[in-house]
Amino acid sequence: MKDGSNYAQPSDDGHFGPYGGRFVAETLMHALEQLEQLYEDARRDPEFHTELREDLTHFVGRPTPLYLAERLTTELGGARVYLKREDLNHTGAHKVCNTVGQALLAKRMGKPRVIAETGAGQHGVATATIAARLGLECDVYMGAEDVERQSLNVYRMKLLGANVISVESGSRTLKDAMNEAMRDWVTNVDTTHYIIGTVAGPHPYPMLVRDFAATIGQEARSQILEAEGRLPDVLVACVGGGSNAMGLFYPFIDDVDVDMVGVEAAGLGLDSGAHAAPLNDGSVGVLHGNRTYLMSDDDGQIVATHSISAGLDYPGVGPEHSHLKDIGRARYDSATDDEAMEAFRLLNRTEGILPALESSHALAWVVANAPSMSPEQIILMNLSGRGDKDINTVAKLDGIELT
Amino acid sequence: MTRIERLFANLERPALITFITAGDPKIEFTVPALHALVEGGADLLELGVPFSDPEAEGPAIQASSERALANGVTLTRTLELVREFRETNQETPIVLMGYLNSVLAMKDFAAKAGDAGVDGLIMVNLPPEEADELRLDLKNHGINLIFLVAPTTTDQRARYIVSKASGFVYYVSLKGITGADHLETDSVAGKLANLRTMTDLPICVGFGIKDGRTAGLIGKHAHGVVVGSALVSRMADQGPGVEGVCQLLETETRALREGLEASQ
Repeated sequence: MKDGSNYAQPSDDGHFGPYGGRFVAETLMHALEQLEQLYEDARRDPEFHTELREDLTHFVGRPTPLYLAERLTTELGGARVYLKREDLNHTGAHKVCNTVGQALLAKRMGKPRVIAETGAGQHGVATATIAARLGLECDVYMGAEDVERQSLNVYRMKLLGANVISVESGSRTLKDAMNEAMRDWVTNVDTTHYIIGTVAGPHPYPMLVRDFAATIGQEARSQILEAEGRLPDVLVACVGGGSNAMGLFYPFIDDVDVDMVGVEAAGLGLDSGAHAAPLNDGSVGVLHGNRTYLMSDDDGQIVATHSISAGLDYPGVGPEHSHLKDIGRARYDSATDDEAMEAFRLLNRTEGILPALESSHALAWVVANAPSMSPEQIILMNLSGRGDKDINTVAKLDGIELT
Repeated sequence: MTRIERLFANLERPALITFITAGDPKIEFTVPALHALVEGGADLLELGVPFSDPEAEGPAIQASSERALANGVTLTRTLELVREFRETNQETPIVLMGYLNSVLAMKDFAAKAGDAGVDGLIMVNLPPEEADELRLDLKNHGINLIFLVAPTTTDQRARYIVSKASGFVYYVSLKGITGADHLETDSVAGKLANLRTMTDLPICVGFGIKDGRTAGLIGKHAHGVVVGSALVSRMADQGPGVEGVCQLLETETRALREGLEASQ
């Protein structure tokens, strides 16, 4: 039997093997302890689960379908490809499962204000959405560079009543937005809950974001059993911070015959250095509250990352992925900007589905690997979001200026 | 005894602790600036190690960190600056302040830092729960790992933190980032009185102290006060000459020292 059966992570002190933990300014330690305790209480409370289930069903639109992509399968000529349609969630990506859960926690804590960081804007939109639904005040931090390249989502957040704060410090991207959100939280910790958007950050965030996202894998597991009468051979998901991948993988971890592949953003290529693939080409360090694989230089400075997809353009990765990599339970591959774009176009043409550029990285792995697998084998890929938000980026690549 | 322990053992008034970032505004300013701070009356020097993602810093120290990084300052370079300072000053303790990833990236950090003449280390994002390995390593090289206690720290945690602390305890005066502007002296006094019942270590206070007046108000209740953002932003406004910067730092430090002593 492979490693990974009877999986029980994190440890009580928030570690996934040597990763994770709680590396934050002392001012936040008490808030993290409170959040951990509150979450422990909430997850043992049937009423919390009922409320969460109600929102996921009637507000978010779950369960999302598991869809057999027949024309894509035929085109690739190998394994059968199933897509978990997270693009069909309200707000357009899996991110909303986590924000709904965390907003209910904020409500339970009696905190009237939520803040979030966002890269592509999906997590910001999802946070602003649930804040509107629950009547919470909402500020979203976004790197100035991302504000420029994701103007559609910026406008959506404003329509939802959120205040979008453009972050000018550092590299003006997702990591800097996260720094600024931490600074806000440290100042307003009594009234504010910080809704971290991925399976990173200090304990208990990697655990609770995973648990809220795990509805993806729980649904997918029963859906594939119903459709095929067996589990898939391989799960595939893109990995930036890694919440959609962790959400898909987690309910399958003890199913040790199911392979799990995370696909990082190789940007212009792993050899170019211009990528966002810490599990493929990074080293262990500490950033944003946890120990994990990072992209940093010899001096420990976090280096600039590159991906065509703003949602994957992050120098760290959730600590549980670092652990799954080290114990060999999951493996981590990568796809370049070009490979993701090719896959993006293919899915549009063969299936009439417009995937997010993030999800297109997972799809690129499918395109590269399905042909060499047999038609009896099954790939289950997480189509984590839809690509409407990326239309401007793609059109620009095609030399078309949209107005 | 480390230099830090010796300082507090001999001092009968609150210590004045100043912070500047290594290599800001220029690498060649740092050593003269440290000497100027001592000349003006600083008892202990905090030297910031620039980091790409200083998540607990306010705008002034963020900007200084960015300037230093643009000047090519690394942890290795910072240790060289300390070594250079030590050529003519063997007395004044130096505490490096920064973020854990810098230290993790350097092999044999504790040995190298001890060798350069570093006396203490403050890691903003390293609570004692995660610090055992580094703490012991530093101890073996005569370096104090200094922990922070915050307004939000519970009594139970504070007891745990001081049990792991050495050198001094750094009390963060407010909920917020460095250089913030909502210092409440009364609540700080209460918290410090409470902390004193838990430890015999000196307790120094930082965040939000910006001039002689605030230094004096806090100094009445503490073994030391830390001034950082105020000095860093005045340095940035001063313009390019090293002599001007040194003169400014000396004058500012003297004013802080006077404010501190006037209140005693």
